[in-house]
Amino acid sequence: MSSAPDFLVHEKEDSVGVIVVEEVSAGQELTGWVMDNDETISITALDDIPLGHKVALNDINNGDDVIKYGEHIGRAVADIGKGRHLHVHNVKTKKW
Amino acid sequence: MTNNTFWGYRRENGRVGIRNHVVILPLDDLSNSSCEAVANNIKGTLALPHHYGRLQFGEDLELHFRTLIGTGSNPNVAAVVVIGIEPGWTQRVVDGIAKTGKPVQGFSIEGNGDINTIAAASRVAKDYLQQASELRREECSLGELWVSHKCGESDTTSGIGSNPAVGNFVDKTDAMGVTNCFGETSEITGGEHLCKERAISPEIGEKWFATWKAYMDEVIEPNKTSDLSESQPTKGNIAGGLTTIEEKALGNLQKIGKTTKYIDVLTPAEEPVKGPGLYFMDTSSAAAECVTLQAAAGFVVHTFPTGQGNIIGNPIEPVIKLTANPKTVRTMGEHVDLDVSGILRREMNLDEAGDALLDIVVRTCNGRLTAAEALGHREFVMTKLYRSA
Repeated sequence: MSSAPDFLVHEKEDSVGVIVVEEVSAGQELTGWVMDNDETISITALDDIPLGHKVALNDINNGDDVIKYGEHIGRAVADIGKGRHLHVHNVKTKKW
Repeated sequence: MTNNTFWGYRRENGRVGIRNHVVILPLDDLSNSSCEAVANNIKGTLALPHHYGRLQFGEDLELHFRTLIGTGSNPNVAAVVVIGIEPGWTQRVVDGIAKTGKPVQGFSIEGNGDINTIAAASRVAKDYLQQASELRREECSLGELWVSHKCGESDTTSGIGSNPAVGNFVDKTDAMGVTNCFGETSEITGGEHLCKERAISPEIGEKWFATWKAYMDEVIEPNKTSDLSESQPTKGNIAGGLTTIEEKALGNLQKIGKTTKYIDVLTPAEEPVKGPGLYFMDTSSAAAECVTLQAAAGFVVHTFPTGQGNIIGNPIEPVIKLTANPKTVRTMGEHVDLDVSGILRREMNLDEAGDALLDIVVRTCNGRLTAAEALGHREFVMTKLYRSA
């Protein structure tokens, strides 16, 4: 893939990708680059998602760890469907 | 690409600076107005007003002295005038700075008043400024450079682009013998297991872990009233897409690169003494507090990756901003020294970003003013450990 991606994924086992374009609208087909293994993947956004915010790459159940950088970054506090916007409304820290 | 030298000011103790400040340094809050008056009289000198220095005690007082003495001792400083309310503690700061061999003289206000103090200090400041103006840069090896690093108003683009660019810089310059420093104790929370493993030895890893754990146990636990949402991560972090402290920490740690090991753990403002290599310093994650401590430890230039656009500068060490966030480049471009947003578009790889950062660091060392310098950002913020007596 040589064109600019819509989202990036750090590690292949990650359950989230980061939107790297300024506008993503619900229903939009997104192309992603997995930096770890240079794979190109695609997903349909189910929400409007701003630049820098995360999209769920698979269905995540309430209580599941969310994985980014190959590490857990917190716990889902709601069911999060593939393609949904994932942020403070549905994920919380396991620290503090 | 850059060669392995830069043009710096070699000081009396052999250390190399990249700026040539004459500092008017207040011992305490009461002496700020005299220092600012001297700096107003003698154009081109630099007053460093701050809020503290009275009735401090114990470790907090030691940190106060270490920060002031370290700031005056920084190789970016050619000479120092110290002004305090009374002579005892003033002389302690003068004596500490004098160990570097640079010109330094103290003045105290009690028994003299502001006006006589300002007149006497201004005469010395004028001499120091004229002497400093005749110093010339010489070619120095990159191995003589001390570079500190801290990120701010991070977002997810920091973890993807600007922080790994700093990490690439750290890996490359560690091999050249550069002395690098990272800090931000609280902000490694969630990545502490990874940071511990990046120590040069198990002993140093334990020393790091004990420092992090002490902060958690002594500061966070007794004082927290919530899950720290809106403090760590900040409102700006959250607007930029960072959801939790764990996510922020994993992005933060990208700044130490992929291979470099840290060789020691420093207390706040402590000067590293183990030679070239990467050091961790126990600091706040608030930008101005952290950079002030790093400058007081002797670091002469700073790289500052930002996502949402932290605009900090420091009066002693130039702060170089880089960002991978294209919106920040577009909306806050005057604060950005290096745009690495090409990483997000796959137009630039991390190796290229690290080279570009090295290039602008060397240009800054040679005299290029940073965006923060041009815009007048001089945030000097002392770290206070607890209430004064």
